[in-house]
Amino acid sequence: MSIMKITKVVLRSVLSRPATRLYPFVKRPFFKNTRGHISIDIEKCIFCGICQKKCPSDAILVTKASKEWQIDRLKCISCSACVEACPKKCLSMENEYSSAVIKKDDVDKFKQKEKPTEEINQQ
Amino acid sequence: MAKRTVVPFGPQHPVLPEPIHLDLVLEDERVVEVIPSIGFIHRGLEKLCEIREYPEMVYIAERICGICSFIHGQTYCQAVEGVMKIDVPERALFLRTIWAEMSRIHSHLLWLGLFADGFGFESLFMHSWRVREKLLDIVEETTGGRVIFGTAKVGGVRKDIDNLTLNRIKGELKNIEKQCRELTSVFEKDDSVKRRTKGVGILKKEDAVALGAVGPTLRASDVEWDARKLGYAAYSKVDWQIVVEKDGDCYSRCIVRCKELYQSFNIIYQCIEKIPDGPIDVKVTGSPNGEYFARTEQPRGEVIHYVKANGTKNLARFRVRTPTFANIAPLVKMLEGCELADVPVIVLSIDPCISCTER
Repeated sequence: MSIMKITKVVLRSVLSRPATRLYPFVKRPFFKNTRGHISIDIEKCIFCGICQKKCPSDAILVTKASKEWQIDRLKCISCSACVEACPKKCLSMENEYSSAVIKKDDVDKFKQKEKPTEEINQQ
Repeated sequence: MAKRTVVPFGPQHPVLPEPIHLDLVLEDERVVEVIPSIGFIHRGLEKLCEIREYPEMVYIAERICGICSFIHGQTYCQAVEGVMKIDVPERALFLRTIWAEMSRIHSHLLWLGLFADGFGFESLFMHSWRVREKLLDIVEETTGGRVIFGTAKVGGVRKDIDNLTLNRIKGELKNIEKQCRELTSVFEKDDSVKRRTKGVGILKKEDAVALGAVGPTLRASDVEWDARKLGYAAYSKVDWQIVVEKDGDCYSRCIVRCKELYQSFNIIYQCIEKIPDGPIDVKVTGSPNGEYFARTEQPRGEVIHYVKANGTKNLARFRVRTPTFANIAPLVKMLEGCELADVPVIVLSIDPCISCTER
């Protein structure tokens, strides 16, 4: 009977395992390619500012003078354009999504540690 | 003559995920005239081409629509490549085809769910989206995003799928196809679906052509036209037929989309078999100068991206004609003479994407 056509689909669904997960206990694994959030190895960064220039949503701000690299997680669209552009390969795309921010102008700041002056002189 | 009343429909309406506003002029329960109005979510994306350089505009083009995002990006890339006369490597064309068809499958499954929801078949809605989720996993695995693929770029694609993964995906797609067959048999044969959709919102062949309908709306009215037959990307290298239905009612539009699902699966299988090895992109240097129309087939119909460049890094003009915009005039025609209760089903049957339309 045509009205019972959905029964097969429903029965299979009833007899099989649930399609959803019990979320807080079972987490969905991320894939290797998943574009989650940008992370930076700040010690390798040379503050060239190419990532800031390439960012289509102006989420990145690089300050060379104070050796600071900051990203606005709400503006970032996880396109990984900066990762492809980075000459030092210090930017990377992590799989986990970035966590919630509380304020709208909350930016993630990364500051390079001051290197001892001798080391700089050697370079 | 019965007394006329005007019932506003939308922009906020339970069956509409997106804001289209229709003023329905009713005589008793029958619609006699429809006045559509759009413009609630205009974002001015096209203007952004003046401040964003042309390679960055791909990300913006992709975000015109959340469902057919990849095809928007692909069409934009095709337009810029047309201006700059870039030859895209063969492998990139095949990958683009595979992703475009995946986005078509997930868009059609989403639509089937929404359509079922539109006439109150909640269970069928859940099952459509359950199947869709499996496909989104494949999309995320290969591109990194669930709906915003982000893999199109001017001169090729940004990510490669290795051949081993492609073969595994083929197996997974076969499994999804099996589930789709069960699902679409409900849409094709179930009595309650037929009663709500058969003979509702008929668009005659002449009207469909005269009013410029596109995509499944046009094909359901017995017009054999599909922009993929233009042979862009790898469509000229695979074997496929245009799906056509005769009646032009909501049921036909539903069946066209059901059949297109299998056609898309078939195109992906063929692409996976035929995909050549080689580079996935070419280096693009310089600035575009000239203008170009790129036409592709989206899940909703034919989309046109117009690009005009003046030799600088920023485009002079970027214009998108989206399929839903072309389908609004046929929608008004379909609604005339229908029952008020059928309005949601008919509006959903053109697969409206108002965010696309207003950009």
